[in-house]
Amino acid sequence: MAAEKEELLINKVKSTFRDDVLETSVYRGDVTHVVDKKALRAVCNFLKTDPELKMNFLVDIAGVDYHPETPRFEVVYHLYSITRKHRICIKVRVNDGEPVPSVTSIWPGADWPEREAYDMFGIVFEGHPDLKRIYLAEDWEGFPLRKDYPLKGYKDRYNPYGEEKPEKI
Amino acid sequence: MSERENIISTREVTLHMGPQHPSTHGVLHLILDLQGEKIVDIQPDIGYLHRGTEKIAENLLYHQFVPYTDRLDYMCAMSNNLAYVQAVEKLLGIEITERAKYIRVISAELSRIAGHLLALGSWALDLGAMTILLYAMRDREIVLDIFEQLCGARMTLSYMRVGGVRYDFTDGVKESCERLLELLPGRVAEYEKILIGNRIWIQRNRGVGVISAEDAIALGLSGPALRASGVKWDIRKDEPYLVYDRLEFDIPTGENGDCFDRYNVRIEEIKQSMRIIKQALKGMPDGPFNVDMPQIVPPPKPEVYTNMENLIHHFKYVSHGFKVPRGEAYSSIESPKGELGVYIVSDGTERPFRLKLRVPTFMNLQTIKTMSVGGYLADVVAIVSSLDPVFGECDK
Repeated sequence: MAAEKEELLINKVKSTFRDDVLETSVYRGDVTHVVDKKALRAVCNFLKTDPELKMNFLVDIAGVDYHPETPRFEVVYHLYSITRKHRICIKVRVNDGEPVPSVTSIWPGADWPEREAYDMFGIVFEGHPDLKRIYLAEDWEGFPLRKDYPLKGYKDRYNPYGEEKPEKI
Repeated sequence: MSERENIISTREVTLHMGPQHPSTHGVLHLILDLQGEKIVDIQPDIGYLHRGTEKIAENLLYHQFVPYTDRLDYMCAMSNNLAYVQAVEKLLGIEITERAKYIRVISAELSRIAGHLLALGSWALDLGAMTILLYAMRDREIVLDIFEQLCGARMTLSYMRVGGVRYDFTDGVKESCERLLELLPGRVAEYEKILIGNRIWIQRNRGVGVISAEDAIALGLSGPALRASGVKWDIRKDEPYLVYDRLEFDIPTGENGDCFDRYNVRIEEIKQSMRIIKQALKGMPDGPFNVDMPQIVPPPKPEVYTNMENLIHHFKYVSHGFKVPRGEAYSSIESPKGELGVYIVSDGTERPFRLKLRVPTFMNLQTIKTMSVGGYLADVVAIVSSLDPVFGECDK
């Protein structure tokens, strides 16, 4: 049963989007596809509408910073199907400043998670209806979950541990 | 428009509700656009309690992060502990002992009862029925007493650890649980009698904050609030973890997706949790409550004081932690508020490279606009309460 599902989740996506699926991996039972940024919306739409997959529930969107590697960021989409009871993970890799297509038109619930990823990593989602900070103040400088964000100190005024900082956060 | 007309005509006003407001369950700030008393638009503004938990996690050893999870949804810390340790165990690829599984089920269900009781109490208080809050607090106290007996803490428990639990589930705790199970059904019946018999309670909840199943799924609603819209989805049943596949319980659902159904689902879930605890108490086997892996599990504290090897072991564990193999995993549980998931990216060291918390309150709050627009200002209070947001969790 579990193996069958895995097969389905791997092959269905791979056969439909041959060149756009860059990498596929299975780790501890989780199926992950790394897809091309340009194909993200098409893949998501397919996952949501295909009668065998029916990924109708967007669980979460997570950003990951692999600084100083390039491409720097990974945006991870966790999807679940309430009718078919299976999970899949879709990833896109982007560089700093490169926009990612927003999936709010497919799952309206992507609104806040995308804003969160923008707030924490500065990843821009193209086509998001209202992309602004969600947790931090609007005038906040920098993106705290980036790996090069300083752990201590408040701007340039408060730096009790004498930590070295880059010129601009 | 003459000056007189200008004065008496109704204009849209923007009202800020919170963050200091008794019925916003913490620090929720709502920006409401009102036409008279009708809601035209509602914009939640969150982040007043943001502590950067995910950033903190990246700079801590795996076992050091457990206490931080207590402070997410502080109303039911056990569920948070469970979600986190389960994700780490998934990455490590270890299977915990049978006894530990049963202990975890009982603790998680106890904290579900505590969480739902408080949700119910504060909800009723917001709508003007103060009695229920005092009653619910009284009964929640019994659950907290059990936690105290179990691990010495009442709110910030840190009871579950990677590889098992910190202390054994003693016979004394078992007796306390049995006493709770005897007492609680009568008490829950009492709540129902007070609330269902209260005309105001029914009128302020029935037909208020309606959300359809399709809208709820699209917006990422989960947990009791989604089940109230008629979606029969519970991770405990659909992707069973621990020993939930061996226990008998029902998934209550609603039909209308209004506040009243959300109340009914919560009340029914308290009863189902009692059923689960009863079965788990009966089925709990003897045996170790931690996996036999010294690098992951610290020695019992009393032995650290008397035995040199254990002292060294304890020191190594506390100062070095343990390595987690390279990889990434997402693991989720059914917390009292909805799907609580933890996504960990490991780079093979003792600290998580990235830890993402999928917190139910955050996603659930998105639906507040769909639920409130077109309703009255007073309904917003009922709707917020029916979603049961906890801001330690929402703001991370």
